[in-house]
Amino acid sequence: MTYKIAIASGKGGTGKTTVSLNLFYTLQKQLDQKIQLVDCDVEEPNINLFTKGELHSVSDVNIKIPVIDSDKCVYCGDCASACAYNAILFVKSISHIAVLEDLCHGCGACTYVCNQPDVIVEKDKKLGEVNVYSLENGNELVEGKIEIGSAIAVPVIGKTLKSTDENALRIIDAPPGTSCPVMETIKDVDYTILVTEPTPFGLNDLKLMVETMRKMKGKFGVVINRAGLGNLAIYDYLKEEKIELLMEIPFDKNLARIYSEGKIMVDEVPAIYEKYVKLFDKVKLNLDEANSYS
Amino acid sequence: MKIAITSLENNKASKMDPRFGRGAFFAVYDTENKEFSFYENEAKDAQGGAGPKAAELVVNLGVNKLLSSDFGPKAKAALEGMGIEMLLYSNEVKTVEEILLENS
Ligand code: SF4
Ligand code: SF4
Repeated sequence: MTYKIAIASGKGGTGKTTVSLNLFYTLQKQLDQKIQLVDCDVEEPNINLFTKGELHSVSDVNIKIPVIDSDKCVYCGDCASACAYNAILFVKSISHIAVLEDLCHGCGACTYVCNQPDVIVEKDKKLGEVNVYSLENGNELVEGKIEIGSAIAVPVIGKTLKSTDENALRIIDAPPGTSCPVMETIKDVDYTILVTEPTPFGLNDLKLMVETMRKMKGKFGVVINRAGLGNLAIYDYLKEEKIELLMEIPFDKNLARIYSEGKIMVDEVPAIYEKYVKLFDKVKLNLDEANSYS
Repeated sequence: MKIAITSLENNKASKMDPRFGRGAFFAVYDTENKEFSFYENEAKDAQGGAGPKAAELVVNLGVNKLLSSDFGPKAKAALEGMGIEMLLYSNEVKTVEEILLENS
């Protein structure tokens, strides 16, 4: 199996990372093949705190950003007009030009349009890195991480996913939310597991995620975490929208304690392990069906 | 000298807009000819970099002094780089006309 399965949620703190980890450990027990855990929550990757693997490779993610020689610049402003990210500050009246490095996406448009020789040169700027950790059984954690203070996540996520092993089953922890970084993470996956909570906020975030998934025409199902809290509106919504409920994890102090101690639930509680086995069966059924049609 | 503040509407009776980069309009007062003029903030809906873009727009209008209750770090850095005088100012009651006259 070489499926790519993403775990996503409309906001942070719903238990998305817990689901990624537990699904990974369940499959590690069940399957005799290479599995990669992929942490695309690049602003705050934290899976390594649980898996405690050994770091075996690091590669930088760089972009090229412009450096403008203000002595040679003729202050035509072409570069600033070409920049879609407002990353060049240009005021003709006071002959002022400056690159706002934090905003620059390294698209190269400014260098392309500048018709003065040698005014713009490009330099590397590190956006983040991709770290690969060895885990048990030849499995791996591939982790993307952006530089502190950087707000540009998409290229780091792109490189993280490219660095994964095409022959492995990949469990991908997506960043929270519904913006570009999530889209970048799930655009090429085979299936997305949406994690939510049975509260009004949880329902609201889930609806946004479902909209995103439908726009992207991706296959998905829902896991409800902390079931028993909140109300039942979320179940009505799933029924109305004909969305598959893949699994419910009960709200349970014991489980919360296991998590807070950095332990893995499926290793500690057999009933939870069973739930994850069934979860994967359902996902796999969806995927195998889809493949048999094509 | 030209002095400016972000305003909620494009008239002298408007209140100030507390936001800088995402403020609705710029109210500009020219101390030489004693005239007020209003400009839409075209940067207000920018995806990113609204602050520095708004700074660029006002400086292009020839403004030398700016009032706002919150410039934001990026706009502040940009304005500093261009040598524009900044004044932290907040008042929800007065009109932009009163504020600009008092501070010029
Ligand atoms: S490389 Fe692209 S984003 Fe960066 S300053 Fe040039 S045009 Fe703007
Ligand atoms: S396009 Fe080149 S010459 Fe024109 S303002 Fe930009 S850097 Fe200067």
